[in-house]
Amino acid sequence: MSEKPLPLDGNSAAGLLSELFAVEITGASITCDGCHHAAPIGAARLYGGRMGAVFRCAHCENVVVRLVRTPEGYWLEMKGARSLFVQARGD
Amino acid sequence: MLATEKVQPTRKLPWRTATVREIIEETPRVRSLSLDIPDWPGHRPGQHVDIRLTSDDGYQAQRSYSIASAPEAAELLVTVERIEEGEVSPYLSSEVIVGDKFELRGPIGGHFVWSAFMTEPLFLVAGGSGVAPLMAMLRHRAAAGNKNPALLVYSSRSFDDIIYRKELAALAARSDGLKVVHTLTRQQPAGWTGEKKRIDPEMLSRVGFSPKEQPRIFICGPTQLVESAARALIELGHDAGLIKTERFGPTGA
Amino acid sequence: MSEPPVSRGFRGKQRSSDHAARTPPGQHLVNDFPVLSAGPTPRIDLVKWRFALTDGHNKFAEWDWEQFNALPQTKIKTDIHCVTTWSKLDTEWRGVTFDDLLAAAGLDEAPTPFALMHCYGGYTTNVPVEDMLEGKAMVATRFAGEELDPEHGGPARLVVPHLYFWKSAKWIQRIEFTETDTPGFWEELGYHIYGDPWREQRYAGD
Repeated sequence: MSEKPLPLDGNSAAGLLSELFAVEITGASITCDGCHHAAPIGAARLYGGRMGAVFRCAHCENVVVRLVRTPEGYWLEMKGARSLFVQARGD
Repeated sequence: MLATEKVQPTRKLPWRTATVREIIEETPRVRSLSLDIPDWPGHRPGQHVDIRLTSDDGYQAQRSYSIASAPEAAELLVTVERIEEGEVSPYLSSEVIVGDKFELRGPIGGHFVWSAFMTEPLFLVAGGSGVAPLMAMLRHRAAAGNKNPALLVYSSRSFDDIIYRKELAALAARSDGLKVVHTLTRQQPAGWTGEKKRIDPEMLSRVGFSPKEQPRIFICGPTQLVESAARALIELGHDAGLIKTERFGPTGA
Repeated sequence: MSEPPVSRGFRGKQRSSDHAARTPPGQHLVNDFPVLSAGPTPRIDLVKWRFALTDGHNKFAEWDWEQFNALPQTKIKTDIHCVTTWSKLDTEWRGVTFDDLLAAAGLDEAPTPFALMHCYGGYTTNVPVEDMLEGKAMVATRFAGEELDPEHGGPARLVVPHLYFWKSAKWIQRIEFTETDTPGFWEELGYHIYGDPWREQRYAGD
């Protein structure tokens, strides 16, 4: 019958993220504002299905990032993230 | 008032037109499409692509697929399972014939990736068609001549459901440090002496690397398998930071 | 921009002509009941479950599970429409209408023109009060004759079927009356503040 609302991994949303960020962002480390756990965006829990990407901390389930693509553009919200660390390219 | 500038989507990641060059029947339920993509920039093992279909009245549907081929291969392979629900998978697994075209963008993702330059043991856990991105890693490992210890623990329903069965056997026969452990959870052929239970902590600790060896761990498959395997490996003492997961699940309603 | 190539033989979801009069623009019919969640399904102990009507200062009423089930129960049969383009016809719900909730709380009328739904798990969504009156909305505890499955919002969810289904908040905990129309979880991230499927109000600006 119905599909379970199981989360996916953050890396599943890499295509959507790549439309917005100039760097490959799923490898970037994001620190949850709720529990201070730091982990790559690709390792976050992904919810929201076709409505949008809701990234939740894999440690405490707090929402760290939300990203919605509408016909007009992109809505990004990150108030659940304390910081985002993107490693400099080694070239 | 500030002028707003429109975001320029997909400048880095354009939609390209892929042409189906060959269709490989992997199992009764699974097939691989070999794709020709002009100006393909190359990929890393574990990355995926987005495939977008367009109907004659302009309707579009999109879904992500793991890349199953090594970066060294000439053509890109995606492996598709026949599933009832959804729009893209039924089309790709049943409708598509050689010569068909559709849009594709990628490679995508920088988290669930492995390179043959990595010298730690490679510990792969797969369920069903979740083996696809792990196969890209094993094909890359063989092509690059990496001989560091590697292990694939692969759960299939039955012997006939094992995807890439012959190629996996050939890879394991190279004596280059790769071991493949199959478990057949629903049906086993006569005389089967291998594993037949679901992947569990006991199996992972018996056949897997010790946490002391600090293997790089990649788990891909249905959500339930991924979560139970990841939990088991953490309980066995593996560093959660070295475990990367990719759940194959419904994209959601 | 060049036209994308047509994928030979790809039809996509059936845009059925049957029931066309009941299918809003851009929607297709489904027989199953897809699940869409912004987070994990909360596990709610019925002993601890509470549902309340509040505003910024007051709690007008609060019910526990037993008290809630003792309120007048209404059955409805209605079509539902998800913004992700599926619609499902003739769904059957049972629960307490918003009108009966107001009456049970001793309110002759709602204290403000708008409401914000608050849910177990943190989800929120906004609905004008007028869109919940006269039988247009209920807090449902049963679906198709059965207890409402947790994945579909059980123990209790709002059902306001004439708006896109994200307005029908799962795992509802509290209806907060607000003076202004306050965007909820999806509305503050580009989705339409009202969400009428017949006017295809999917996104802000539609």
